[in-house]
Amino acid sequence: MLNMRLSMSAGLIAVMTVATTGGALAAPSCGASPVVLNSYFETGFPLPTELSKEFTKQFPNVTFNIKEDLFANLMENSPRVLSGDNPPDLIRLPSISDLVKDGLLKNLDSYATAFGWDKYPPAQLAQNRVADSGSPRGEGSLYAMGLNYSMTGIFYNKALAAKIGMTKAPETVAELEDLMAKAKAAGIVPIVEWNKPVVGLTFPLQNLMGSFGDPKAVNDWIFQQPKSTIDTPANLTAAQHLEQWVKAGYFQDDINSVDYATAMGRFIDGKGLFIFNGDWESGNLDKQMTGNVGFFVMPPATAGGKHAAMSAPLTYGIGANAKNADCAAFFLNWVATNPEARKIDVAVGGSNPGGPVDLPLPPVTPGSVTEQTLAAGTTIAKDNGAMDFIANATGAIYAEGWTPELQKMVGGRQDSAGMLKTVQDEYVKELSR
Amino acid sequence: MTNERQQSRRRSVRSPSIKGGRGLLMAWVFIVPALAFYAAFVLVPIVMSIYYSLLRWDGIGKSQFYGLRNYVTVLSESDFLQILANAFQLVVYFTVIPVAIGLGVASVIREQLSGRFGTVARTVLFIPQVIPLVAAGIAWTWMLASNGVVNQALQLIGLGAVTRGWLGDFDFALPAVGMIGAWVLLGLCTMLLVTGIARIDASLYEAAKLDGASPWHEFRWITLPSLRQEIGVCVTVTVIAALASFDIVYIATGGGPGIQTTVPGLEIYRLAFAHRQVGLASALAVVLMVLVIVVVLPIQWLTRPPK
Repeated sequence: MLNMRLSMSAGLIAVMTVATTGGALAAPSCGASPVVLNSYFETGFPLPTELSKEFTKQFPNVTFNIKEDLFANLMENSPRVLSGDNPPDLIRLPSISDLVKDGLLKNLDSYATAFGWDKYPPAQLAQNRVADSGSPRGEGSLYAMGLNYSMTGIFYNKALAAKIGMTKAPETVAELEDLMAKAKAAGIVPIVEWNKPVVGLTFPLQNLMGSFGDPKAVNDWIFQQPKSTIDTPANLTAAQHLEQWVKAGYFQDDINSVDYATAMGRFIDGKGLFIFNGDWESGNLDKQMTGNVGFFVMPPATAGGKHAAMSAPLTYGIGANAKNADCAAFFLNWVATNPEARKIDVAVGGSNPGGPVDLPLPPVTPGSVTEQTLAAGTTIAKDNGAMDFIANATGAIYAEGWTPELQKMVGGRQDSAGMLKTVQDEYVKELSR
Repeated sequence: MTNERQQSRRRSVRSPSIKGGRGLLMAWVFIVPALAFYAAFVLVPIVMSIYYSLLRWDGIGKSQFYGLRNYVTVLSESDFLQILANAFQLVVYFTVIPVAIGLGVASVIREQLSGRFGTVARTVLFIPQVIPLVAAGIAWTWMLASNGVVNQALQLIGLGAVTRGWLGDFDFALPAVGMIGAWVLLGLCTMLLVTGIARIDASLYEAAKLDGASPWHEFRWITLPSLRQEIGVCVTVTVIAALASFDIVYIATGGGPGIQTTVPGLEIYRLAFAHRQVGLASALAVVLMVLVIVVVLPIQWLTRPPK
């Protein structure tokens, strides 16, 4: 096994050398004359801006003209921005299917060959591959790259965990539920989560789906593979567990009126034992709850089973008619391979920088939660348990499917079976329109 | 003499027509810029919306003629019907409450209009009107949160049992959003009605008093009929605000929980920009426009000044 990996690495280096040498002839690069990369980033996430500063330091001829927008606005504006007169060279992309269908994104296949991205672990790029018709996703040409690859799981408050006698991460769903029951009995809110204006209960729900079913089936649904459905017996079991958690009072009772920032604030203030969230918060939590926060991946249903988690690239693409596409692609390659960029990626972004398998992970503070989330990434990779996010299946499934239905479940107006059926109906309806 | 008279008549006949021609030209000169803007930003978009509503289109790619199917969807799917019903429920809060309280306040401060009390009362009541809706939405979201000032006040008076996250509660979210709207629109209604009441001839009230009329009689037979037009404006503006609401709902609840507070304005925005179904969004927009007209026209007719 080890030999195989080594020979693969050697092959990779060889390929990369060829790519680099080949690149010297017709190198996609930023050249030597001044370039201004027209960039459209996401507000509230400093990572791309920090990376751009370092890039300018290393390549002084390249500067960035950065515009920022909130995620929701990006979601709504990206088609218009990309179809405008001056499409961005670099753009944060919430979803890519519709954009590919409308021919607004640059096909990155030639860059993948030139830079050797096609030699990265296939799972790393799968979520950014789309058929030219926009569906299914997960296969076809490459249309975007991840700046890093985030992971979701469960953060816990160490002081509260000690109070209920939690000494190690739970190894099964039953053990996790046992901890929740203990917390509830001790007067501690077991889980703080948000459920407004879009729901956060999709995090525990999808984690449960990964514990009770095959993550590939969930991915097929997200990638719009023909005939896939979310309304399966395994997912029903998962949803029933979540419903039971709601009924047992494991979430704060005002969860439907709590937004993301409030939920994070409550967790940081020690108002709850667990929060289902992603490693983009690792750096923040290390700073705000230094030493008092831990992380574990969602445990499997049975001891020794495989782990699964939502894991998604921080997706960036290049406009189909972007003026500096080569330089933008060079930047994306630099982010994945440059040691300094990878260091920033982990320190600021908190997530795995991805890139070639033979590159080492940048060092992190021992004992930090960032160290734990990065390690969890390895567990998920080993178990091949990475899932895209169920909210990304279609452009509106989050707002029109998961959000109202999970809010109704909290309000006691919808049960597990009804929720899955309604979301599946909405999915079919959206794909048919 | 006759000649002179004829000439002068001719002159007098001709001069108004010259004047009229010039006047007409001048009228057009003044009207055209405004008309151009009105056409570009109101008429053309309305026509375009009606056209889009007949298409199946994602706003960027190729469109396809879809007939009236978008309208059938809007008028037959239960979710859309609930969304339209939510808007009508908001009318109760956005219109009835501000107009009723506004009338009450106007009647009470009628006699102190020029005094300090009247000025302070008017200013205080008008403040919500100058606060941007988004800011009002955010402030109220904090106040209505489970640890917000509303629940703190309830706890203080021993009603801790009824506290909850109001905007996330299935039964109370829509009334809570409605109360935010009522708070915002109260200032406008009070201002209009106080201004209106100041115009009523004080001798009418004096005469009524001499005839032994009670305050209720004064209100019923003098104030109410005299404020007919102002009430008409208040009701029209607030009904439109309710049916076409967006900002407050978007900020306070995002349409949730479930679709309990989703209103047509929010759904149009989502359909167009999240679903990228410009046709369906336009159809809902056209339906909303027709509904607003159908509701507002009778109000205009009922509250027009008596001939």
